[in-house]
Amino acid sequence: MIQFIVHDEDDSVGVVTVEGLKANDTLKGWIMDQDVLIDIKINQDIPIGHKLAIKDLNEDDTVIKYGVDIGRTISKIAVGDHLHVHNVKTKRW
Amino acid sequence: MINLDQKIYGYRRDNNRVGIRNYVVILPVDDISNAACEAVSNNIKGTIALPHPYGRLQFGEDLDLHFRTMIGTGANPNVAAVVVIGIEPDWTQKIVDGIAETGKPVQGFSIEKKGDIQTIADASKAAYDMVHYASGLQREACDISEIWVSTKCGESDTTSGFGANPTVGNAFDKLYEKQSTLLFGETSEITGGEHLVKARCANDAVADQFMFMFNRYQDMIERWKTDDLSDSQPTKGNIEGGLTTIEEKALGNIQKIGKKCMVDGVLDKAEMPTSKGLWFMDSSSAAAEMVTLCAASGYVAHLFPTGQGNIIGNPILPVIKVCANPRTVRTMSEHVDVDVTALLKRDINMDQAGDMLLESLIHTSNGRMTAAEILGHQEFVLTRLYESA
Repeated sequence: MIQFIVHDEDDSVGVVTVEGLKANDTLKGWIMDQDVLIDIKINQDIPIGHKLAIKDLNEDDTVIKYGVDIGRTISKIAVGDHLHVHNVKTKRW
Repeated sequence: MINLDQKIYGYRRDNNRVGIRNYVVILPVDDISNAACEAVSNNIKGTIALPHPYGRLQFGEDLDLHFRTMIGTGANPNVAAVVVIGIEPDWTQKIVDGIAETGKPVQGFSIEKKGDIQTIADASKAAYDMVHYASGLQREACDISEIWVSTKCGESDTTSGFGANPTVGNAFDKLYEKQSTLLFGETSEITGGEHLVKARCANDAVADQFMFMFNRYQDMIERWKTDDLSDSQPTKGNIEGGLTTIEEKALGNIQKIGKKCMVDGVLDKAEMPTSKGLWFMDSSSAAAEMVTLCAASGYVAHLFPTGQGNIIGNPILPVIKVCANPRTVRTMSEHVDVDVTALLKRDINMDQAGDMLLESLIHTSNGRMTAAEILGHQEFVLTRLYESA
């Protein structure tokens, strides 16, 4: 069963699509554009709809989703980390 | 594969536009005429009053927008006939004249020198005749391209970007091929993806108009903002649903214009398209404001993708909700017209999801009520540009 989805293999993030996932769960992911499956272990509980990092990111890196810039990191983020408003901010406004 | 050459049964109006609903509207020019409109609507069954909080001492572009919205609402093909009530005769007549250009029955009443009670009696008699007229009209066979379709998403989350929004995009691509008249907007929610919309514009002139509207909205936000808008855009619901930044929200948003359609023209708020194709309308991203503007621009059906579960409806424009979030479909099923959660499980593809939505559009066009209609959602919310004088 698919537990997270990635738009494109060059993206930094995937999105959890099922409820109740816990830290240390290994998730089955689907990269839509390339239609391939990957496994990633998550480091925290991640709610449905929220993002996990599928690439290691440094502080002040650009986060890519849909192949496009969606903001900048404000701390280091490792593969499997929950990636959201606590560690990523807009570059606009 | 859905057959888009099948006939739709709609109401053909005198100006040859096609509606999918058949309302007799009691339209207030201004806030203080709401009471009379609601009284008429209470007297005469089969009418609908559209109360709102504005219409006094507006001026300049803001007043122009008020008139465009009022006239456009009355002129919408989902409306068979209109009673207009205002405190003063001049502005009332201006709205009556604008609606009358469609050829539909419209009559104006002003309250000054008469009072509410006499106005309500006179307007009720007119409304009575209009209900007789409207209820005698028959649906007739029309092409699907005659159904103008708008879109706007709400309470979006990450499943909107994967599921519900590209489902609308798929449906838009198919309607575009049939030469439908389509609309999207939500200017602030294109922030971060404006280069992608610009690249989809049919020519340089359209691209320039789009960027003018986009930059005008950015300037407004820059003028009034007190922070990075992280308390408003994305909304708390968006953030709960996993959206982190306005850029991420925007990239999900623009999935609604599909992969093939081009942006053929640009409209200011509540302006009416002058030809077929996909139009961008400068507009607020707040659901009720945007959908009210779509109705005023003449759109008769609305596709509304949601993630966390926006429950909006409109008094004259049927709003079809499509959702890909399994938690929302489980907890708020009465608000969802089209469930595309199977997309995220890889059980259906985008083409199948788009067809499911188009099938719902056809049913809705033929008269089946939407979730929002059944639940009585009639949000009629006017956009204001600045304070009254």
